[in-house]
Amino acid sequence: MTVTLPPFQTLLDEHAADLHRYLVASVGPHDGADCLQETVIAALRAYPGLAHDRNLRGWLFTIAHRKVIDHARGTGRRALPVADPPEVPVAPAEAGGLGDDDLWGAVRALPPKQRSAVVQRYVLDRPYAEVAAVIGCSEAAARQNVRAGLQRLRADLPQEVHQ
Amino acid sequence: MSELSERSDPGDLVARLRRGPALPADPASANGRGPDPGGLAAVVEAALARADRDDLVDVGWVVTDSPVGPLTLAATPEGLVRVGFGTEEGVLEDLAAAVSPRVVRLPARLDDLRRQLDEYFAGRRHRFEVPLDRRLSHGYRREVLEALSDVPYGETVSYKDLALRTGNPGASRAVGTAMATNPLPIVVPCHRVLRSGGALGGYGGGIETKVWLLRLEGALAL
Repeated sequence: MTVTLPPFQTLLDEHAADLHRYLVASVGPHDGADCLQETVIAALRAYPGLAHDRNLRGWLFTIAHRKVIDHARGTGRRALPVADPPEVPVAPAEAGGLGDDDLWGAVRALPPKQRSAVVQRYVLDRPYAEVAAVIGCSEAAARQNVRAGLQRLRADLPQEVHQ
Repeated sequence: MSELSERSDPGDLVARLRRGPALPADPASANGRGPDPGGLAAVVEAALARADRDDLVDVGWVVTDSPVGPLTLAATPEGLVRVGFGTEEGVLEDLAAAVSPRVVRLPARLDDLRRQLDEYFAGRRHRFEVPLDRRLSHGYRREVLEALSDVPYGETVSYKDLALRTGNPGASRAVGTAMATNPLPIVVPCHRVLRSGGALGGYGGGIETKVWLLRLEGALAL
């Protein structure tokens, strides 16, 4: 039984922008670019061997999630600070993200599962079933990871001042 | 909203997450300094260049402009595998099914051919010098298309001539089919094949394209 997979380019056209968002949110702009390259190459390597063409988006994000885990391990080994230095200029149009360094620093300090769960759920607005598929757990566990992640973010973020 | 933006407000955190992180600038917003090295397009391009070096791009393609309209050009590591007229729906899907689903946009692989096509369309080149991957044609059709590569610039042959040249005098119809299914038009010059008596016959890229190419080559006086 052979499957007809779409041209890999179709996957890039449909999902590369979201992969980029996911990875920048999870590991920062500089390492996010590296992780995106790694994700694209790993996916291209494995692609012809896929047994079916269902949920290719989920498959891509599972690979990206593993790159986030690898990245977290590498960062831990090298004992580097969590936040990236701002090597890359940011688009002024993305003003929504400016002034949020504390937030994204805290997101990147989350354990990888909670991090992926929070980013998939809120930054990419995915349903829990999809969050679960990406991080490889039950839907209940996905909800729990999102809850735990939010809780930790609230604890880690500096207290905001009344205006 | 301001009195709600205190630490304990769960909506505020979620709203900030939903806005997402600042992303490295895309080429379109990079205020004239060229693509940002961290921008999405540049990152994907770099990844595909690396994948190509690792032999992971089985089919690389690009769409290029030409006087006969946009052309889709696709090459395997062995050579040019497909030339499509227009931005033909289905060309990439067909390649994914027939060659490999590792089909990605890879302009660098087609740079040589694009330069040669520009020269050809400007009347400065009479034959193409790029390696061909003829895997999309088989059997007698392939034999006919290989014989066709010997028909020089500015000349025409009939379907019947081509049948004769390939030692199959009765195979004019099969020659016609071979022309109609030529995966490499322009480069393998099926536009140089006419009906006996000089009628134009058909053309995959449209009859006006066939006329345009024959005029370019000086094979049609009109």
